[in-house]
Amino acid sequence: MKLGDLTELAARNLRESMLRNSLTTLGIGIGVASLVALLSLGVGLQQLVGRSVARAGLFDMISVRARQGTPFGQPGGGRRLGRDLDNLAPPRALDDAARKELAALPNVLEVNPEERFTAEARREPYSQLVMVAGMAQSSQSSGTLDGMSGNFFSGPEADEVIVQGDMAKRLLDEGKAPASLLGQEITLRFAQRQALPPPSEQAASDAPNQAVGPDEEAMGFSIVPSEKKFRVVGVTPASDAGGGQVGFNNAGLYLPLAVAEKLQVVQGADLRDATRSGAAGTRYAALNVRASSPAAVSQLESSIAQMGFAAFSLIDVTRNLRTFFAIFDLFLGIFGSLALAVASLGIINTLVMAILERRREIGVLKALGAANRDVRQLFFVEAGVMGFVGGIFGVALGWAIGKAIHLATVVYLKRQGMTSPNIWNVPWWLVLGAIGFAVLVSLASGIYPASRAAKLDPVEALRYE
Amino acid sequence: MSVTESVESLNGFAIRADRVSRHYKMGDTVIRAVEQISLDVRTGEFLALLGASGSGKSTLLNLIAGLDRPSGGAIFAQGRDLATMTSEELAAHRNRTIGIVFQSFQLLPRMTLEENVELPLRLAEVPRGERPGRVKEALNRVGLSARTRHRPTELSGGEQQRAAIARALVNRPMILLADEPTGNLDSKTGEEIMNLIAGIHRPADGLGRTIVMVTHERVLAERYADRIVTLSDGVISREERLR
Repeated sequence: MKLGDLTELAARNLRESMLRNSLTTLGIGIGVASLVALLSLGVGLQQLVGRSVARAGLFDMISVRARQGTPFGQPGGGRRLGRDLDNLAPPRALDDAARKELAALPNVLEVNPEERFTAEARREPYSQLVMVAGMAQSSQSSGTLDGMSGNFFSGPEADEVIVQGDMAKRLLDEGKAPASLLGQEITLRFAQRQALPPPSEQAASDAPNQAVGPDEEAMGFSIVPSEKKFRVVGVTPASDAGGGQVGFNNAGLYLPLAVAEKLQVVQGADLRDATRSGAAGTRYAALNVRASSPAAVSQLESSIAQMGFAAFSLIDVTRNLRTFFAIFDLFLGIFGSLALAVASLGIINTLVMAILERRREIGVLKALGAANRDVRQLFFVEAGVMGFVGGIFGVALGWAIGKAIHLATVVYLKRQGMTSPNIWNVPWWLVLGAIGFAVLVSLASGIYPASRAAKLDPVEALRYE
Repeated sequence: MSVTESVESLNGFAIRADRVSRHYKMGDTVIRAVEQISLDVRTGEFLALLGASGSGKSTLLNLIAGLDRPSGGAIFAQGRDLATMTSEELAAHRNRTIGIVFQSFQLLPRMTLEENVELPLRLAEVPRGERPGRVKEALNRVGLSARTRHRPTELSGGEQQRAAIARALVNRPMILLADEPTGNLDSKTGEEIMNLIAGIHRPADGLGRTIVMVTHERVLAERYADRIVTLSDGVISREERLR
């Protein structure tokens, strides 16, 4: 018999015993609902953590530094991630040539210097010592600034600043919202590195702050206090409002990367290089390499280490996190499936009852030319239809239950004075997977009844009263 | 088709039973429902199987229908040995080669008449577009074209049996098997049904069918059948050619 005819006959049979079949289908629906509700919360929690990790730039960022000695008793320092690094190149300086080489590696999207320095942020009458970091233009679309008030920098060289929410509070009157800092000016005071003027100009100069002492001559540059005004264009959420870490390098203030570089702020690497002979050209304290995808990070990290640099990423942390959630979801799935297992017994019971009731009908079908296969398929389709309808109903019910749990969590957290993250998500794969699973379980439940119906002796069945 | 089968077919036999037996085991007792019966039914013949209750006539009919398999011997229908057929092939035999009419009609009560009559067409995977015409034709033939949307429970016994005949004929089988077709009907309605069956056997257009009818009413058998075979305790006790 063709599938269309089988489906029509199955639907007719199911309609005839509406109450019993509806109750069986309801059982499947409740089983699927428990599965969907639990997994939707599991998926929601996973995405919540995933978003936080992604915001921190852990998935695709590698921090590259010059290799210094052998910390942790291993050549090259940093995490080794279990790779064989016996054939490492000798340590190299992290200079412009290295930056270009890193940028030329496959699967590298961009290489940016890590600009981080301590400065004093002033907004009368408040003053705070703050960690300032340069932020690449690509951060705008990477999701690291999700939830930020205001805008991203208007250009790569704009004198603008994004303030972390907690820092914003410290620069404002008590009780004022961090976002009220938007549009206001902040003065940054920092130690600037200045190149020494040529000896002829040194002699001609009278300015006291340009006097060059013997120490400065030895370092090759002088250090002068400097300050600059910046307009606040963005404020990220404070830690008590679901915010916190922004980007791979957490800081209180963020400047456009190019601006931060131009400030020529003295960094630790400058002083270190000054103590070495032969230091020339730009030396970076660290370079941040952004990979095209998290999957490419491991290989890239290995390649960078082979080049003679120390590479560091938290890919292992995210891998463990994924493993944890895979196991967590598996357990939720198993608990959710228990109800479905009970429902499958309901299907078996319903179909076995149907065989008893429809014994004579099966006999008639066989007498008219139905093969064992046709009878088996008819019962299979009936089981499948119950599973499909129960699956759809279950997904809708599970969606509602998950939503209700989410809303209850939101209300509870708000009453506790906390922000409420989204801990519930029903992705498409869960919807389709749950319906498919319900159909599969129903078909498996239908194997025994269908096989029993197919084996009925037509002569016996026709005699049945 | 094998050489033997071809020969059977060419000999003009619609059905041939060759020393057919059907034994049942009930505990340690063996019940010999049919014992070594040999029987030929010519194409276009109307054969009546007569006998008392328990004589084995319905068992023999079930064997011919392919609803049951013999314990021994062979049965050929339209030249094919049923014993060598798989269960799928037997199902196709029941669907296309024969039509069966039962004493208790065996219409599915949850379906309308047209749906009941359409069932063999569904099983034969006849295209949907072709089915309504075939159903209408079959119901017209038994005079039930006005009752197509009725359910069996809304019909009289005679109408139900006519619907069952329409269902048996819808796939245009060459053999019609009838098991006590008038057993549940009053004499007048029974006569109407027998006239209908006789019309199927020798229609005006000349395309008749082979008919094997089980009955315990000698009068009906003598009136309509070409030949009467009487069974007693699973064996043929008497054979009479009437026409």
